[in-house]
Amino acid sequence: MKLTVNGIEREVESAPLTPLLFVLRDELEVESPKAGCQQGGCGACTVLVEGEPRRSCLTPVVAVDGARITTVEGLGSPENLAPLQQAFTHHYAAQCGFCTAGMIMAAQAYLDNWGTEDREMIQTSLAGHVCRCTGYVKIVDAIAAVARGDSFDMTVTAESHDTTNVGGAQ
Amino acid sequence: MSAAPEVLLPSSADEAVSLFGDGADVTVVGGGTIVVPELTYGRLKPSKALLLHQAGLAGVSISGSTVTVGATTSVSDLCGQPAPLGPCAENVADVEIRAQATVGGNLCAGEGPDAPRGDLQGPLLALAATARSAGEGGITSEPLEEFLPKRRGRLLLDVSFEAPEAGGFSALGRPHTHDYTALAVSAVRAADGTIRLAATGVGWWGTRLPSAEAAAGDPEAAGKAALADVTFHDDALASAWYRERTLPVLVRRALAQLQESA
Repeated sequence: MKLTVNGIEREVESAPLTPLLFVLRDELEVESPKAGCQQGGCGACTVLVEGEPRRSCLTPVVAVDGARITTVEGLGSPENLAPLQQAFTHHYAAQCGFCTAGMIMAAQAYLDNWGTEDREMIQTSLAGHVCRCTGYVKIVDAIAAVARGDSFDMTVTAESHDTTNVGGAQ
Repeated sequence: MSAAPEVLLPSSADEAVSLFGDGADVTVVGGGTIVVPELTYGRLKPSKALLLHQAGLAGVSISGSTVTVGATTSVSDLCGQPAPLGPCAENVADVEIRAQATVGGNLCAGEGPDAPRGDLQGPLLALAATARSAGEGGITSEPLEEFLPKRRGRLLLDVSFEAPEAGGFSALGRPHTHDYTALAVSAVRAADGTIRLAATGVGWWGTRLPSAEAAAGDPEAAGKAALADVTFHDDALASAWYRERTLPVLVRRALAQLQESA
């Protein structure tokens, strides 16, 4: 079997019924998709399969043999963050961070398919994603900001840390 | 995973039927949303897994007034259908699951450890759908109601029904962390004026509500009559007590939708 993961073609040797999640994490060492509930309930493992968001924990790898897979690693790099990554940083949309990779991939698909800042539509597109820090408001803020075409000055983001991290430990 | 199952990958419906055979020891995988976690957690150890994603069983076709839905049609592909089927499909889980989950899996996988499954059983029972399936004795067609109790031993190929004159769907709301609706009622008025009602979330699979159907002219009375048609139970989503109190309300609302479209 073969997968094109973030633009690079990879051979897959896992058993055909292995969930895509474990192929990515354990065999290919692409670790942004998180193994949360491993039964489709939390959305932390969502990746894009041919551009569509899909729970990698529910997908036998053989069912996506030959497909193009995109994970957070394929969106941007630490030096050159993608707009959604900048927005999540700027709006403090990540708390513990465990749900973030899945949220960002679902949001990327939403922006690619619809792209409006309508909060209800954003929420619908994230309906399968659980943030146990309950930071949903900032997550929706971040996605709406990208949909609006906001640009983010990451220097200012860093300086404003003390005033926006209300109740933070530091 | 323990000993790897033999993986069967049919590329046509005929090949799927032939590989399924009499169904002995074959686990059917539609979209995988129900079966894959069972494999991951070791609750299911099939000797053969039949994957249907390339079997050409997907799609909705319309011939005259008859609608036929292939077994591997995704739940999202039903979202535009008229009530009760469309609104029921839109209420299943979330956008990602709906795109991956199949009609056949939803109808056939059946009850889970904590919650009723098979949301689509309700509207398709109310639509008096016919199930076409393969297995021992070859390919057969029968009312969905008769198919459901023996679904585990059959390979569902498609379901078909007559487009209704009017439809209604009413479900208990659910938080976004729940994939399944605790209780839902589907209502159909057929072209000949017959009214049919079915519920999911009472008992372990969908059930028709014949007493409520008989009283359908009076939605209030029909709601109360529905209580005689079902046995309530507790599960992780809702108590029997809560279901007993909300079923009459949902029956009334679903019938009201039929009246509105009169």
